[in-house]
Amino acid sequence: MKKRTILLTPFFAAPTLAADAVSGAIEKQPINVAAIVMFFLFVAATLAITWWASKRSKTTHDFYTAGSGITGFQNGLAIAGDFMSAASFLGISAMVFTRGYDGLIYSIGFLVGWPIVLFLIAERLRNLGRFTFAEVTSYRFAQTPVRSFAATGTLIVVLLYLIAQVVGAGKLIQLLFGLNYHFAVFLVGTLMVLYVLFGGMLATTWVQIIKAVLLISGSTFMALMVLKSVGFSPQELFRRASEIHDTGSRIMAPGGLVSNPVDAISLGLALMFGTAGLPHILMRFFTVPDAREARKSVLVATGCIGYFYILTFVIGFGAIMLVTRDNPHFFHQVIHDGKSVIELIGGANMAAVHLADAVGGSVFLGFISAVAFATILAVVAGLTLSGASAVSHDLYASVLKKGEASQKEELRVSRATVLILGVLAIILGILFEHQNVAFMVGLAFAVAASANFPILLLAMYWEGLTTRGAVAGGWAGLLSAVVLILFGPTVWVAVLDHESALFPYKNPALFSMPLAFIVAWLVSKTDRCKRAGIDRDAFEAQYLRAMTGIGTKTGKS
Amino acid sequence: MSTTSNVHRLLENATFQRMAARKSRLSLFCTILMLIVYFGYIGIIAWAPQLFSTPVSPGETTTWGIYSGLFVILFSIAITGVYVHKANGEFDRLTREAISEIGEDLS
Repeated sequence: MKKRTILLTPFFAAPTLAADAVSGAIEKQPINVAAIVMFFLFVAATLAITWWASKRSKTTHDFYTAGSGITGFQNGLAIAGDFMSAASFLGISAMVFTRGYDGLIYSIGFLVGWPIVLFLIAERLRNLGRFTFAEVTSYRFAQTPVRSFAATGTLIVVLLYLIAQVVGAGKLIQLLFGLNYHFAVFLVGTLMVLYVLFGGMLATTWVQIIKAVLLISGSTFMALMVLKSVGFSPQELFRRASEIHDTGSRIMAPGGLVSNPVDAISLGLALMFGTAGLPHILMRFFTVPDAREARKSVLVATGCIGYFYILTFVIGFGAIMLVTRDNPHFFHQVIHDGKSVIELIGGANMAAVHLADAVGGSVFLGFISAVAFATILAVVAGLTLSGASAVSHDLYASVLKKGEASQKEELRVSRATVLILGVLAIILGILFEHQNVAFMVGLAFAVAASANFPILLLAMYWEGLTTRGAVAGGWAGLLSAVVLILFGPTVWVAVLDHESALFPYKNPALFSMPLAFIVAWLVSKTDRCKRAGIDRDAFEAQYLRAMTGIGTKTGKS
Repeated sequence: MSTTSNVHRLLENATFQRMAARKSRLSLFCTILMLIVYFGYIGIIAWAPQLFSTPVSPGETTTWGIYSGLFVILFSIAITGVYVHKANGEFDRLTREAISEIGEDLS
């Protein structure tokens, strides 16, 4: 039987930490008919929405931001759909299944960025921009250098994230549906292009909303069934789970996952502030009409995501209790390096999927598999749209054409970029099939926290920031994050097979993020050129618009 | 954006200044509180994990770690709710008042 190694980290990298939770040999599963039927229902529904949306996507405003006609509540669901990846569903529940409490530490890290997005970013971002966060970063600065930097930050984050998602998707689909890896990657790439190319932001938003509702209702059902089996007593759930689990009551407390304080704090920073610098997430705030709805959408998103992570915790514990070794349906004996071991069928990531079977039978199993696939599509569609907008709106229309491009030209470039990104995603997905891509999401978060976030924050809040300061600080954060990850244990040792790492920590944000702030501050402070004066003088008008939204509808883009 | 003099009149308006000061204070306060809660949680895991392995009462399985983790999640949602309530209510009202006080159409 064909064997492959799957590495579906919960959404970001700490591959060596998470390795035993989320990796393991997998084999292609037999074709699951219920899953495929439900998956086709989802695809048919989303393509119908795309067709409906395509008739409403005429202008750049429609294409990038659905004409800013999404309500706060809808956008909150879409943000949740954009943010909760299949890896965070299967990966975190798998981590709870294997390590207990440590899974909770991960999920909390993903949640705590949201309040920060609300307090510092959402409102001013909505008031100052129309389509991309790069517009807001460069609002009062010389367009060419600052937009080029911000668009580069966007593209790096989008590409890294996209590769990690597509590779994870290929393996997951192979696992869930018994489909060939290449075919799975091709399918994901094609569907994502169809949604974005024809339906723009409107179709993308609805794919994300549907996915969020399916994922949350499916998880709720699973968690309820788990709780029902213990008489709705979490105490009883924990008691039984720790009786069954190998490590006993140690699953109720932090294990070895966070042992190095520097890495722990650094990872915490990357997660918290990376969320506030993810371009595909920031872009969602332009789909609502005003700051009021933008704030509401963060509340809805935070509620959904927090609730969802509580569910994954219950699901993980439920899997410990119900997906047991004595059941040949879930575990089988395999030979590893000549030794016979008992292993979860399909690998550790399948904990939630097996639990679906245990609590709801094969039809519900099919439903959860289809939801996992829908989850991937929603995330990659959002990424693609964000990458396309960086190329067409920031690089082409603003940097190359100096704002003189017509809407028609800009849309043409945008659609061409969507196609290129789709082809690129398929090619890279196939090239990286056997690579360890887990570090890529970690790098995406590190770049978002060290380059996108600091400059966006300073541009909106600090009068003294100048064009030179923004560019120098941004590139310092971006390059240091990339270099420190390359020389750190996750790439230098785990991918490039060197003896020991040149940089001792897995997570660079503790160093690269302050560096961006310091460089931006130092360069701005010493900036005496003429442009610096213009930059500083423009702050007052920017501040007024950021605080009130006056001019948002009619102002410059 | 309208004329520079209108910008100055709004910036100098007392109601606008009150709104801006309150909003800045609240967002700074909430951010710091969130940082303390989250990095306090991570700090305990990094430096004093035994605190989280203690059961809430002797003989029970549920640990302080479980309650603390749940607290961080619920706190994040709650503080988000408080901020949205304040900003969408009080601050938006003050902004509208400030604009009508200058009595000019700024949009």
